[in-house]
Amino acid sequence: MLNYIWGIMIIISILCASITGRIENVSNAIFSGAENAVKFIISITGMMALWTGLIKIAEESGLTNIIAKILSPVTKKLFPEFSSDSKEVKMICMNITANLLGLGNAATPFGISAMQQMNKKNPHKNIATNSMIIFIILNTASIQLVPTMIATLRQSYGSRYPFDIIFAIWLTSILSLVIGIFTAKFLEKRGKQIE
Amino acid sequence: MNSISFYIVPCMMVIIITFGIAKKIDVFDSFISGAKEGVHSTFSIVPSIIGLITAVSMLKASGFLDIFSSFLSLLFKHLGIPTPIIPLMILRPISGSGSLALLDSILSNFGPDSFAGRVASVLMGSTETTFYAVTVYLGSVNIKNSRHAIPAALLADLSSFILSCIFVRMLFYGT
Repeated sequence: MLNYIWGIMIIISILCASITGRIENVSNAIFSGAENAVKFIISITGMMALWTGLIKIAEESGLTNIIAKILSPVTKKLFPEFSSDSKEVKMICMNITANLLGLGNAATPFGISAMQQMNKKNPHKNIATNSMIIFIILNTASIQLVPTMIATLRQSYGSRYPFDIIFAIWLTSILSLVIGIFTAKFLEKRGKQIE
Repeated sequence: MNSISFYIVPCMMVIIITFGIAKKIDVFDSFISGAKEGVHSTFSIVPSIIGLITAVSMLKASGFLDIFSSFLSLLFKHLGIPTPIIPLMILRPISGSGSLALLDSILSNFGPDSFAGRVASVLMGSTETTFYAVTVYLGSVNIKNSRHAIPAALLADLSSFILSCIFVRMLFYGT
């Protein structure tokens, strides 16, 4: 599906640009886009490596076990195929913790390790498993406890109560996450032939 | 208020390192071996990120998003979704920096405590850059068949868009 979306994005932008006469802008965007992607990777590599380094310490000292135990009621429901002291679940728990704390740069490397661990037991290496999809949905719904960046931005524009949107954010995140998970569970039953 | 966020990272570092030393772990050696894996996994996502960011910048430069959002605003006007929110809804799943810039302009044009400003804040706070997460996580393990990951994630985004309008209306305007 990503193949189609990516292809269509590129074809649409070239078609649209030739109609609206912005082909020059698109041509520039091709070069700057590729360049910016590498700049972006360079800019996050430091933080990503720092976090994976720290997490190695947490793993060897058994700290990740403690976090996994705390989150086990959630992970048992969402990822029934893994035991709560497995490496997959430990990494998933670290990813969830980083997301809750609003540490996006830390959540990504934990997420990548979680995916790598889950892929080890994947019988079809090219096809996403049910657990992987649930995990991705968990990461596409923002589950941050305190949305500091948005509150800071609101404050800078003179909001009287920058945090007054927090309940609306929690309710929206949780409900949309539940909708996403139910959709995934529903669709995985329909697409049984892959299992 | 914002000072909380400055404490999170240092506190986590202190907890991790103290716990490691208490358990007699060679903290620096473990750090190095973990960081090495981190560098490796970061660079494993380079190809997918180049593909995604290039396609998104092309789409933004082509003017397609403006055309698409003016088309959608005709449809959504009657559903009670404020017009300035529509470009944000389109950009949110595909570009993190682009949608943050849009939130910034909505807050400065309409005010953070206006209906549009609040809906935009809730929408930004309750969603992530879906395509970034999907590309990074699937790309990191070379998954080619994503099955129902994208439809389910996008449906969750769509419900966030609608729910953010509903909850702001309910909690702030009592309707």
